[in-house]
Amino acid sequence: MSTQRREFLKTSAAGLGTVAALTLPGCATMGGGASGKVVIVGGGYGGATAAKYIRMWSNGGIDVAVIEPNPEFISCPMSNLVLGGSKDLAFLTVSYDNLSRRHGVKVVRDTAAAIDTEKRIVKLAGGNELPYDRLILSPGIDFMWDKVPGLDNADAQSRVLHAWKAGPQTVALRKQLEAMPDGGVYVLSIPVAPYRCPPGPYERACQVAWYFKRVKPKAKVLILDGNGDVTSKGPLFKKAWAEEYKGIVEYRGNYVLTDVYVAAKTAKFEVQYEVKADVMNFVPPQRAGAIARSAGVVTANDRWCDVDFLTFESVKVRNVHVLGDAIQIAAGMPKSGHMANQHAKVCAAAVVALLAGQPPNPTPVLNNTCYSMITDKDSIHVCSVHQWDKDKKTVLPVPGAGGVSTAMSELEGNYAFAWAKNIWADTLA
Amino acid sequence: MVNSVKAVALALLAVAAVAAAAQAPDPNLARSLAATCANCHGTGGASQGGTESLAGMPKDTMLRKIQEFKTGNKPATIMHQLSRGYTDEQIALIAGWFAEQKVSK
Repeated sequence: MSTQRREFLKTSAAGLGTVAALTLPGCATMGGGASGKVVIVGGGYGGATAAKYIRMWSNGGIDVAVIEPNPEFISCPMSNLVLGGSKDLAFLTVSYDNLSRRHGVKVVRDTAAAIDTEKRIVKLAGGNELPYDRLILSPGIDFMWDKVPGLDNADAQSRVLHAWKAGPQTVALRKQLEAMPDGGVYVLSIPVAPYRCPPGPYERACQVAWYFKRVKPKAKVLILDGNGDVTSKGPLFKKAWAEEYKGIVEYRGNYVLTDVYVAAKTAKFEVQYEVKADVMNFVPPQRAGAIARSAGVVTANDRWCDVDFLTFESVKVRNVHVLGDAIQIAAGMPKSGHMANQHAKVCAAAVVALLAGQPPNPTPVLNNTCYSMITDKDSIHVCSVHQWDKDKKTVLPVPGAGGVSTAMSELEGNYAFAWAKNIWADTLA
Repeated sequence: MVNSVKAVALALLAVAAVAAAAQAPDPNLARSLAATCANCHGTGGASQGGTESLAGMPKDTMLRKIQEFKTGNKPATIMHQLSRGYTDEQIALIAGWFAEQKVSK
């Protein structure tokens, strides 16, 4: 057992005592005085934000450990620019150092293997066990490969790429696009909603078309959407395809993919004829990351986790909170990195309050802002504000608020890059 | 019978107490509301660039700007849409909180 690990256990025992003392009324003020041990699984937009804000808002009183297998944070938002070729992976990459150095978060490079919600222990793949007072799962998504028999093995998955988790797959897909001959067809298959980042596939089509337009003018982008129509910013994307990328992008709805023949680069569909690609990019159907299953918090359609939106605590398992793409979303709430950051702040405030013996904020507010890059410089947005509805006991979009861009613009492109710089710092620095 | 009436009364009192606790004003409400702005305007309102820093902005200035966004008098790409999602009371809390934050250099 490492020194760090022993420290961790010691503070945990002390923390539990303090928590009990602080549940007496009148003891705690302003979130200060909160103590205890929080373990967070996943260092993405949700988990990293929760870690930082719990440390900040408890004035360092709560011990926070983040379990994350990747050495660095790589952003999914903006990763389509790597496919277009105007940015590289380094642009998307942020260190975890500031979380530990500035905020005292313990960043544990490991994988959560199992969770014992009775004993409140997270078991790590590396063999260690971390006890918690409150557990926050921000595991992101897993792909449902069982829905696509031809891709249910590692070799096939290394050839027909998803690139729906930014990193090596993003770079590999870029290489496939570079190797594709002019006149070739890039096929992008989109799953039936809900999936991570509703406008993401349509932005990707734009970025690949931006690359083709400059370098391979005879190449085509064929979008085969499992949904009946474009699920986000529809009129704006369709305008871009009709004007900016005229003759390059073709969109077809209601293409529900059932299988892929990897060697023939051919996709099979529920209804339509098979389609052959030169580069096949398949975004698979998704569900909450597997660790959510181990914690017993997957409650919706065997895919997502229902939460209480006042605290993001699981509706089923006490002291376990779930954030980000893994949750069963409220009406009008997208699965986005921005939204995961906002989930994390509501959850952080609630966890700090609860560990100080106070009630959580009864009126949480969240917002979403999502930019999609149409070219290397021009962008469009969709945004919304979500307020607590005390009768329906959920958060709902405010009517009359939110909306989309009037047209793509370089000004919004500048704001998109400003958004990235600010949210990466807000989440990790 | 009397005992069961007592029990029901006690149970109702307990429910009322819980409901009252749930409705008590959150002492950290302004801080938590302001944090919803940080994604684009930086943690604590200290922007990393490309958006306005909100830390240290006088409360009246922010209230005026937000009102102009809400009414559409101030041209905007997105803030007219986002500002309309917050009540005037929430905007006042947010503006008050940012006004008290140190301006980072």
